[in-house]
Amino acid sequence: MLTVRDLTVSVGPETAPVDIVAGVSFGLAKGEILGLVGESGCGKSMTSLAVMGLLPQPGPRVRAGRVLLEGCDVTQLQPWQRVEAGHGRMAMIFQEPMTSLNPVRRIGDQIAEAVRVHEGIPGAAALVRARELLELVRLPDPKMQLSAYPHQLSGGQRQRVMIAIALACRPQVLVADEPTTALDVTIQVQILGLLRELCNRLDMAILFITHDMGVIAQLADRVAVMYAGRIVETAAVDGLFGAPRHHYTRGLMDCMPSRNSGARRLPTISGQPPLPGSVAAGCVFALRCAAVRDECRVATPPRLEASQGHEVLCAFPLARGELP
Amino acid sequence: MSGNVILDVRDMMVSFSARRAGRKYRVQAVDGVSLSLAEGEVLGIVGESGCGKTTLGRTLVGLVQPDSGNINLKGTEVIGAGGSGLREMRLNVRMVFQDPNASLNPRRTIGDSVAEAADISGFFKSRAERSAAIAATLTAVGLNPSFAARYPYELSGGQRQRVGIARAILPTPSIFVADEPVSALDVSVQAQVLNLMMDLRDQLRLAMLFISHDLGVIRQISSRVAVMYMGRIVEQAGTRTVLDHPLHPYTRALVAAIPKPDPSRRILGAIEMGEPPSLFTRPHGCAYAPRCLMASDRCLVDVPQLRSVGADGRTIACHNV
Ligand SMILES: Nc1ncnc2c1ncn2[C@@H]1O[C@H](COP(=O)(O)OP(=O)(O)OP(=O)(O)O)[C@@H](O)[C@H]1O
Ligand SMILES: Nc1ncnc2c1ncn2[C@@H]1O[C@H](COP(=O)(O)OP(=O)(O)O)[C@@H](O)[C@H]1O
Ligand code: SF4
Ligand code: SF4
Ligand SMILES: [Mg+2]
Ligand SMILES: [Mg+2]
Repeated sequence: MLTVRDLTVSVGPETAPVDIVAGVSFGLAKGEILGLVGESGCGKSMTSLAVMGLLPQPGPRVRAGRVLLEGCDVTQLQPWQRVEAGHGRMAMIFQEPMTSLNPVRRIGDQIAEAVRVHEGIPGAAALVRARELLELVRLPDPKMQLSAYPHQLSGGQRQRVMIAIALACRPQVLVADEPTTALDVTIQVQILGLLRELCNRLDMAILFITHDMGVIAQLADRVAVMYAGRIVETAAVDGLFGAPRHHYTRGLMDCMPSRNSGARRLPTISGQPPLPGSVAAGCVFALRCAAVRDECRVATPPRLEASQGHEVLCAFPLARGELP
Repeated sequence: MSGNVILDVRDMMVSFSARRAGRKYRVQAVDGVSLSLAEGEVLGIVGESGCGKTTLGRTLVGLVQPDSGNINLKGTEVIGAGGSGLREMRLNVRMVFQDPNASLNPRRTIGDSVAEAADISGFFKSRAERSAAIAATLTAVGLNPSFAARYPYELSGGQRQRVGIARAILPTPSIFVADEPVSALDVSVQAQVLNLMMDLRDQLRLAMLFISHDLGVIRQISSRVAVMYMGRIVEQAGTRTVLDHPLHPYTRALVAAIPKPDPSRRILGAIEMGEPPSLFTRPHGCAYAPRCLMASDRCLVDVPQLRSVGADGRTIACHNV
């Protein structure tokens, strides 16, 4: 469905570009949820915006790589050209729905407008479809809520409205950038359940971005772990949590309090991620890696296939079940 | 409860006036909370957004004035009958905020920020003493003393939160109110800051009111947990008792909703619990009744009061448990 190949997003002058996303590749199949996880600043949002063709202008740009939606490269198209070309059915939802909703318009009108743009159907019919969409996202009392303003809804309800607007274009791919990060766990679990249900029901693919390993474990089919603009490990969710192979992934899991079985102190990863532009030769994780060897500091590590469908960007990956 | 009780709060009520659709309402943010803290004890406070956690914390450091109730700090009434010790409380009970960016003045050096509370109270007798105290405090939170001359923008998020903690331990308080102190941090940095807070708890015998929505974090640092719902404590007991064997229907839903980092224990689709009612339209009886699967007729009329249930000092406010 969606294939991303060697995507590189850069800022700074053409002559001395700084890569904030450096050669990211992944695939996303119909009905699949791929979780993209990593710490803040690692390039998750830039990756998702580049995939959507929504990078802020001016600033970051796609310097290299391709984004293929059903075989067609969309990196060179504007979003509206994507829609016209008939293969642009991708939609996006964000962490804070309030920033993308118009505060002074009724939500029914906002959804209906999205319906009109994508399906070219007139006013009254678009409102009917808007109500169907609110039912689809399980907003309680959809008929009443059509005339509500965004501020009259709770954070969770607003996120449901955003999902309804995203679904107006009948997307094949939904990109969700931290859509539950601002919500309570009690609301988050319901939104995650909704996304899983929609993915199954509509056979939609979802690229789900989060910094929360717990959310990944609950929702994703496959996981890509990102560090300093690179995907350092990709695996099926069971494989990743059962036997992480990259030292960074392992470190991330170990320092989560909820995976800590009673130790008094939490394990930590020393140091901080490198700033874009200050990445030295060799492995990007070398400065923080407990298993670093001399080779790691000189040569870019290979992308090894640790097992079927489990790739790791490391010269000396952890063995299955090995303790670091 | 163990050890010396240093903070005792009784029947605290805090309300705000708010305007909605042209009408004036009173919002009862904290609705009769009682709790106590012993030396070196960490009480975790959990609950959904808007349930009153921050308001409770801000009241304990004197930033918000309660409508009624008593706060007793080390045997002295601070607020309530003959309350006098407000200044005492401001130095003894200190707050660490969620957002390390918002809580530091960008135009003041780190050293000045760290010394702020001490400066206001005229704590230092000489400049040399002040510099030495700043250096020692920065060292205690794992920062190089040279940070004293730097500005917040030069620091990472984790370093700023260490500064946030440093400014809360000079002069050394007896109680920390930590409002989501690690929520804005990445897990790898969060682990470092949590380790630091646990060290301070042990070395300085600091008691803490630790507010967090992350029950994993709460499990790591707290000895007891209080669960808040719409301004009230609905369940309280030892951390493991509450998190491993929750009894109140709300606690059970809250614990069940945590995304467990284990793909073999998926919960999605199993939980449909709706949203909390608005504080403007607080239900009669039990505020959890509209979402509660165990609600009975009595729940719609009678407000359940906290009572002791079982071992580990557990208290619960529910008619049907
Ligand atoms: N200064 C204020 N004026 C009016 N209402 C307020 C004020 N401060 C808080 N409130 C209200 O009091 C209630 C409790 O707020 P509080 O900030 O204590 O919640 P919280 O539990 O800390 O939530 P969160 O998890 O979102 O931080 C909310 O309904 C809030 O809107
Ligand atoms: N408009 C921009 N101009 C320059 N650099 C940017 C811009 N937006 C983000 N960055 C940088 O790109 C990197 C990745 O950012 P982002 O994708 O937002 O991270 P994440 O979503 O993983 O937290 C960061 O180092 C960030 O500072
Ligand atoms: S390549 Fe070397 S430094 Fe990088 S993660 Fe693997 S072992 Fe560590
Ligand atoms: S008092 Fe009634 S409504 Fe409230 S939590 Fe208990 S059973 Fe549920
Ligand atoms: Mg982001
Ligand atoms: Mg709060």
